Amino acid sequence: MIRPGLRAAGQRAASVVLTLLGLLLLTFVIGRVMPLDPVLSIVGPDADKSTYDQVFRQLGLDRPMTVQFAYYLRDLLHGDLGKALLTGHEVVDDLVRVLPATIELATMAILLGTCVGIPLGVYAATRRGQLADHAVRVISLFGYSTPVFWFGMMGLLVFYAWLGWAGGAGRVDLAFDGVVPTRTGLLLVDSAIAGDWEVFRSALKFLILPACILGLHSMAYISRMTRSFMLAQLSQEYITTARVKGLSERGVVWHHAFRNILVQLLTIVALAYGGLLEGAVLIETVFAWPGFGQYLTSSLLLGDMNAVMGCVLVVGVIFITLNLLSDALYHVLDPRTRP
Amino acid sequence: MASSTYSSRTATPDSAAQALLLSLRQALYRLLRNPMTVAGVLVVASLLLVALFAPWITIHNPLEQNLKQALQAPSPAHWFGTDEYGRDVFSRLVHGSRISLYIITLVTVIVGPVGLAVGSMAGYFGGWVDNLFMRITDIFISFPSLVLALAFVAALGPGLGHAVVAIALTAWPPIARLARAETLSLRHADYVVAAQLQGASSTRILLRYITPMLMSSVVVRLTMNMASVILTAAGLGFLGLGAQPPLPEWGAMISSGRRYMIECWWLVAAPGAAIMLVSLAFNLLGDGLRDVLDPRSE
Repeated sequence: MIRPGLRAAGQRAASVVLTLLGLLLLTFVIGRVMPLDPVLSIVGPDADKSTYDQVFRQLGLDRPMTVQFAYYLRDLLHGDLGKALLTGHEVVDDLVRVLPATIELATMAILLGTCVGIPLGVYAATRRGQLADHAVRVISLFGYSTPVFWFGMMGLLVFYAWLGWAGGAGRVDLAFDGVVPTRTGLLLVDSAIAGDWEVFRSALKFLILPACILGLHSMAYISRMTRSFMLAQLSQEYITTARVKGLSERGVVWHHAFRNILVQLLTIVALAYGGLLEGAVLIETVFAWPGFGQYLTSSLLLGDMNAVMGCVLVVGVIFITLNLLSDALYHVLDPRTRP
Repeated sequence: MASSTYSSRTATPDSAAQALLLSLRQALYRLLRNPMTVAGVLVVASLLLVALFAPWITIHNPLEQNLKQALQAPSPAHWFGTDEYGRDVFSRLVHGSRISLYIITLVTVIVGPVGLAVGSMAGYFGGWVDNLFMRITDIFISFPSLVLALAFVAALGPGLGHAVVAIALTAWPPIARLARAETLSLRHADYVVAAQLQGASSTRILLRYITPMLMSSVVVRLTMNMASVILTAAGLGFLGLGAQPPLPEWGAMISSGRRYMIECWWLVAAPGAAIMLVSLAFNLLGDGLRDVLDPRSE
């Protein structure tokens, strides 16, 4: 009984390792084909030939590509992604510093997206073909089609510039910047630990608008998937049985049908969380949110390839992990998928 | 009188051409039955018209600067106002539609055949071909498309052409996966086996027997893809990595209008609304096409 399960897990692990290696190869190749000369960016345009050659050899650029790739892998295993030109720190340290801000934003966004998206999807499924169903479809279509950076700017214009309800750019009011000690890097958590509720309120005020806008896209995705999952369940015979038994409609929908789509939903939410990283790149630029996306774009504009490739790698790894996690959740939570 | 007999389902067509016409007409009828799809078709059609007749629609030159008229609010003379160099925003939007269409067309023309080829070959040959191709596809899918496109543009350098290449590089994997899945279900179909027994080469089977069967779902997927291509292109333009100024690309227009956003909301609102409208239209069109061409889904 255990053998086939183990074997499947082994195959899965092998395929993940292969994908990961391919991902590294891809970032390596992208880093090498760029037209900028990495040696020149270190020694400067005025360096003489011998200095240039020395740095050229130091970087290992005289070796064959395969050896260079091996060195790249070795450095990665030591957690060395190179130095970032922009900050002068190690890329790894920079990433550790900026990621919590993005995680805070993305987590808030997925919470909002899930809490709104699931009820909307269920509601639409129970009223299939009626006005409410079409309305939900239109809302989710808008969520799919709106450029997130534009929506962010319109949000800033209306809720910050005109109405003054939300905080503007940044994570917290300037007066509170650096007031609470950094423990987790999540400002809401840090300020709650420190018991500084003024900072907490300010952070929440700055967080809510970008999180809502970022969450819109995942809301659209989640509500659409919830609707189609629910429709699949509601057409099953056990639902008819439940209705014939005289169960209330609410009981049928929430206790019978909804319980059965929970596992599917969980995997969808995990995937949506990965998708948020993409929106975060744009939304952080709009809101001057000091997270991973802003780090990536500012490094991009400077042509800082070490930092860019570090970011791309991290996104790839997060994506693969989330995929793996959602797969694993499926197997753990849904007994039907077990061998 | 004759036309009404052909529109009914029971009519027997006399020739292959007539049969094709008949099925096309029925498909069109079913497509246009849904009002949301009609809206999508209308927007896409007007986008095409606007792009085609751009110089005749606009009275201002989209690139001509006139600093005396900078940052004017919308008025009868300038429907969507003017930007920081006094250029007419409406004219820029209209001419920008050409850039959007250029990107969409180029990406689709690259991505469709590549995805079809990779997917159908992986599905048909199986074995190591399948393993290799799908492993490569997995690697590309393991990035969010914008981040991967960013990395490619960073390596290639900013610019419209490079943006198209970068978007195309990120957009083919879903098509390949789709084509592979469909090919797997066709590979042992009786008509394919019959062709094999008659001695048809693999190339011939793939091109004449398998690819035509994949077309409908690939077309649906490509149409929906266009919506996300527009969003990715706009995102690249917004970050300053796509089309470069003074080209009136919609994402780049939003980016340059950002500094004046608080006072001059039209600089940002107009191009963003255009992006949203076009992306929405392609989504609606894709939904409608799916209902017609691919009745199995939902």
